[in-house]
This record gives sequence, structure tokens and C-alpha cells, in this order.
Amino acid sequence: MATSAAKLLPKEEYILPGTRSCAACGLMLTYRHALKALNPGKTIVAVPASCMTVLHGVYPVTPVKTICINNPFGATGAAASGIAAGLKALGHDDYTVLAFAGDGGTYDIGIQALSGALERGTNFLYICYDNEGYMNTGTQRSSASPAGAITSTTPVLSKLQHKKNMIGIIEAHRIPYIATASPSFPLDLFDKVKTARDTLGSRYMEIHAPCPPGWGFPNKDLIKMGKLAVDSGIHVLFEIKEGFFQLTSRSLNLAEKGKRKPVADYVKGQTRFKKINQQQVEALQDFVDKRWNEFLERHQKNS
Amino acid sequence: MSDVRIITANTAAALAAKLCRVQVISAYPITPQTPVTEELAELVETKQLNAEYLTVESEHSAMASVIAASQVGARVFTASSANGLLYMHEMLHWAAGSRTPVVMACVNRGVGAPWTILNDQQDSISQRDTGWIQLYCGNSQEVIDSIIQAYRIAEQLNIPVMVCYDGFILSHTTTPVDIPPQELVDQYLPPRPPVFGIAEYSAMNVNPLILSDPRPDPDGNMAPGYMDIRYRLQQDLIAGLDIIEKADKEFSKLFGRTCGGLVWNYKMKDATHAMVSFGSLASECTLAADLLRQKGLKVGVIGVRSYRPFPKAGLLNELKRVETVTVLEKDVSYGYEGALAMDLKSALYDSGHHPKFSSYVVGLGGRDVLPKTLADETYKAITGEISHAWIDIKSQ
Amino acid sequence: MKKEKSSNVIIKAVSKPFKGEAGKTGDWRSQTPVIDQEKCSQKESCLLCWMYCPDGVISREFPLEIDLEFCKGCGICAQECPRKAITMIDGREAPVE
Repeated sequence: MATSAAKLLPKEEYILPGTRSCAACGLMLTYRHALKALNPGKTIVAVPASCMTVLHGVYPVTPVKTICINNPFGATGAAASGIAAGLKALGHDDYTVLAFAGDGGTYDIGIQALSGALERGTNFLYICYDNEGYMNTGTQRSSASPAGAITSTTPVLSKLQHKKNMIGIIEAHRIPYIATASPSFPLDLFDKVKTARDTLGSRYMEIHAPCPPGWGFPNKDLIKMGKLAVDSGIHVLFEIKEGFFQLTSRSLNLAEKGKRKPVADYVKGQTRFKKINQQQVEALQDFVDKRWNEFLERHQKNS
Repeated sequence: MSDVRIITANTAAALAAKLCRVQVISAYPITPQTPVTEELAELVETKQLNAEYLTVESEHSAMASVIAASQVGARVFTASSANGLLYMHEMLHWAAGSRTPVVMACVNRGVGAPWTILNDQQDSISQRDTGWIQLYCGNSQEVIDSIIQAYRIAEQLNIPVMVCYDGFILSHTTTPVDIPPQELVDQYLPPRPPVFGIAEYSAMNVNPLILSDPRPDPDGNMAPGYMDIRYRLQQDLIAGLDIIEKADKEFSKLFGRTCGGLVWNYKMKDATHAMVSFGSLASECTLAADLLRQKGLKVGVIGVRSYRPFPKAGLLNELKRVETVTVLEKDVSYGYEGALAMDLKSALYDSGHHPKFSSYVVGLGGRDVLPKTLADETYKAITGEISHAWIDIKSQ
Repeated sequence: MKKEKSSNVIIKAVSKPFKGEAGKTGDWRSQTPVIDQEKCSQKESCLLCWMYCPDGVISREFPLEIDLEFCKGCGICAQECPRKAITMIDGREAPVE
């Protein structure tokens, strides 16, 4: 049953206020609702060097009421494998092993360890919070950054390549559960994390996490920007259960009766796209259209 | 009743891990370490060993996964060599900083480029400053015995231990090895105690960002800063000298043989000249010492078993009466000298006893080292000028 | 099996949970949210401000309260409130009623 209203979300908070995260952090909102869907008392989170490290606080205090194990940047998938193996060897079968890494730690430096963990069928949930760049080190380009975006390592020409098709790579591992989500749609996010929690084997989720200081938009527009990403098809909400693809939530509505907004509407509110030209906008629109049509075709085949 | 088998050091290492009842094994293949991981895989698949076995996709992941498994309380094992060990480098630091009692076998091999699969000790020596304990083995018996001792040492100190033995020379050469009985190993090595927090489901953040200076905890008590935590690692490594020695003594009480504690010696009682080395090269030096004794020189050998922590007091004690010291080793700190030579020289400087000191780099990338060569070069060092050189260079 | 020996010597860095890890983050604010309780629906069917607050500093009980000790002043609640019951006013302090 889909969670239909905010009041149905668990009351308990697992992140104590007064964190080190920026105001209006998309990751914070993501993690807040993801933890509600898990059982944080019986969850061990593997975290690489990232904004998650900052969120989890400076020794000897943490704001997060769960067990978190920090790891070097490229080690998340392997560390989660080790945690799962260690718990199994010790007979602790009641823990959920959660890996929680950014796009740099997933698409780039962590892809090898992640692929290994998925290929071995490690019993864990991997959540990639995608803020489309190395935000913690100062907004450098990652392979998840969108084409046309100015980053601190594409400062003049903007990024020339489109975002890597990470979901395609993950899908090639034939794992039982893959989903995308957005903190602008917390109910959908909550339901998917819950489904992922209760699925056995390797599970992967990718959550689009808008970053106001990194992308250059006002704090108050966090939710709006996340919604605009979905409405324009920049980010698409779906689930792939045992290879069975289905659009969900707002993306499903768009497929059924809505009309996608142009990506021009999405890029104009963000200073990272301040140098994007008409040709680049068209290329981005084309990229988004093709991907959307592929998703739509898969969805319609299954419905 | 003893169980003596004719086996390689690699088989000895795999059997040691089994006898220690390791719970998680994670490894990636590299010559000459591969037989260790293959034999353990078979032991796990045939249920002779009840452990989780992770066939990871890299050495970085092998070390990352055993650290994590150790952090939740499992007894863990891995093995590597050469470039594989170098690929673990980041995680080796992490293992020591996390204070995880990981035990690994390092099957010593020269590092590329260019590629060599043959033996020297450049790989483990290059990991010297990672905060690990390093034990070097002179033969296959010491490999099985040292791995068993390593778990006791590691779990007592919460410091990882690397048991190093020479590729091919030991790893692929069969010799008689006395296999310790399981009951005695169980007696020597009780199960690892549970780590704090996992059984209690206690919320915590392990290895977070830390400030340089102390910061108060919620109760107002000052918690240490980065340097204070790192100082504790250094202090515990130094305290480890005693623990390593005791672990070997306790072992000898139960099993009737010793690995030599921190440093072992050969004919040092009346020696005026010392050859100092580690690993199987130190064993080979005993043959060279015998050759030199035939020439009437009172030569003895000191084998360094514990390279980190460095057994300064033990070495100085062995060297207090000698007139010459000749260090022979299969590694080099490029741009200077061999690592052991540098460490020993600095120890002697502090002691005020300054014997004539020569050092040689030998046998890199599997270049054969004959006892006669070692004897000849040591003879020159004793009777001639002080020398710091590479032995047996064949083409300039 | 014996438990790991408890000792006063800290050998590794392990944090415990506590409120205000980064201090009173309310100090970060340059704008402060003010709720008009009369405009607020006060209905469980809404709770959008509670749901969308990244820092979870809005109470779930009515009348809604914002923990100004920790509210970073991002303004999401004001932006997302369907009844425009929350306004952001300049400064770190809520007006005294």
C-alpha cells in the first residue's frame, strides 16, 4: 500500500537537530525519510568520505541515531560486504546493512567496489544520493553532473558530456530491486526504501538530491527544484523489481496524462547553468527526451 | 602425538587460518599468494571451516571488507603480495587507525615496474609506516606458528598484524611442518570477544571526522583529538614489543617451540661480528656465518622477527659486544639505503656503541643469493672498508 | 565469552548521538519563520511543512511549533505551505507577541 499522506510517515526522528549540513540540504531530507523507512536501531550504515561524513558530525558527537561506519572514498561497497559477512558469521541476522554514498562515491571512485558487491549478491541496500558533483570538496565535476553545468573543474566550457547511465550499469547486475526517488516526493521515497529494506539480496536506489549552494538556487526552492527535475524528466521516478520496470508517483502521472515541462524551465533557475547556450539546452532536451521515451516504452510494455 | 606434514608455507598459512577459526576471509588473487586463498576457499566450500568467504574484485576491497567485518566483531583473514599489497595501502592505514585486529599473510614479492613475480621484500617494507605490526618468518614452521600468535597479539592490542614470508622460497617450497593440534590452538587463542555496540544495537558513529584538539562529549568530558588518538596507536605499538615476546613465550609453553620472540640469534654468544637480516634471508645468513667461522671469524646472525614495532632494546643487547655489523636485506629506500640498515644505524647512534657498520641490498626480484656470496661480502665488510652497496649487480 | 574490556583509555574515535552536534544552528539564520496559527489548517491531512523540513525542527503536533534553537532558516516551510501560513521575516529573532 502506497503511503498517501504525510501523517502516515513515522513520527520518530532519527537525526537530532543541530547538524552540520547546509540549510535546505537535499541529502538531509533524503536521509531523514530513508531512516524513517528503515529500522535505524538495527541498521548499520557504511558511509564514504562525503557530505554524509559531515552530516554525521565531528567526534565525539553525532546527530544520527544509528550505527554508522565511516570508510575511505572508494570502499563503500566492499565495507558493506564486510559488514554483511561479519554479521552473518556472528549470527546477527536482524540487522539491515545500508550503504549510503554520493554520486562521486558511486558513479566514479566507488563503482568497482559497488559492482563487486552487487555481482556477489551481497545482502544489502545501496543508496546513492545524487547531488550531481563533488559537493563536499567544492562542486567539482563528477560523471553524474549534467551536460551544460558549470562546475569548479569545468569552470569555463561547462560539462561537455551527459550524465552516466548508472542505472543501466546497475541493471546489468540483475539485482532484485532498483528504484529512483526524490526528497521532493518523500512518500514515494519512503515507500521505496521500505520495499528495498524488505527485499532480500542486493538492492540499489538512486535519489536525486538537489544541492542549493552547489547548483546555485535559493534555499527555499529545494522542493520546487526537485519537483521540476521530475516534471521535466531530468530525473525519472521508477522501480525495477526483478527486471520488471514501472514508473511511479509523479513520473507515472506524467506518463498517463501529464505533459513534461521543458528542461529550459529547469535549467533557468540554477546558476550552474548560467553559461548554457541554446544548442546545449537543445542537446540536453534531446538527451532527456530519448531517455524518457525508453522508460515510457518499457513501462507501457509492462502495463 | 605430533602431526608433521610436508607442505608449503602457503598451505601452512591456510591451515593456520583454519586452526584460528577465522570467521570472514576476503581475498583477491596474486602470485605467489594464490594457493593460500585457493586452499581456504576449498576448506570453506567443503565445510571444513565455518567462515564467510568473499571473493572480492580487488585488494583494496579485500582489505576494506575484512576491516568492516572485524569492526562488527568477526575474526578475519586475508593475504596478498607485491602490487596487491600496494593497492591495499590506503586501507592498511585505515585498519590500524580503526584499531581492528586484522591478520594478513604477506607473501613477499618484488613490485613492478617492470613486472617480477619473484621474491624480495620491497612490498611489505613499503607498508612499514602504516601502523601495522610486521612479523617476518624464516621458515614454514614459523609461518603457521606466527599466524596463530598474530591473532593473539592483534586481539590483545587491537592492532593489525602482517605475517610476512618469502614468495617461492617459502611459499612454494615443501618442508616438514608440525601442525599444532586444534585443542591446543583453542586453548592458546580463545574466541574473539564481542566488540562494543553491535550486540547492544548501540547508536554510534565509528571513525568520524575528528578535530586536531580535544572536544567535549555530551557529558562535558574532553574526548581526544586526532593527534592524541594517533599517539595511543604509537604507545600501544611500543607496548606491543612486550606482548609479542609474551605471545611467543606462552606459545612455546603449550607447543614446545618458539619463533624467537622479537629477535632471534644464531651463534651470537661469542660473536664479534654480526650479520643482521630478516625473513628467509636471515636463515640463509646462518649458512654464511658457518662459512666465515671456518675462516676463523667469530660471526653470528641476528634475525629480526618483529620489524614493527622495532625491537631496539633487543637488537642493541645482541650487538653490545660486536665490532662489526653487516646488514643484508631485500629492499631499499630508493635514493638512500636498505630500510633495516637505516633503522639499526639510528638505534646504534642512540646507544653510543658504534661498531663498524656496512649494509647490502641483495636478491631483488628473485636474483639468486648464495650463502657463499653473503659470506664473501660480509668478509669484505669485516676486514675492509665500510660499504653500503648492492651485491651481485651484473650489468651497469 | 568475555566482553571487550572497558577502559578509560580511548583508542579509537567513536561518537555517540546528541542534540546540537554543530551547536545551536539557529544562529545560522538570517531569516526566521513565523507561523500564523489562524491561517494554518491545523489538520493532520496537511503537515507538509513538517514533512519537507530537512532538519526536522517543526513539531508534528498542533499548534505547530518551530524549534528556533536549531532552525537554519532555509524557508522551505514558508514556500511549501499551501495556505501561506508561514512567513519569513528578516533577522534571527521571532517578533515578541
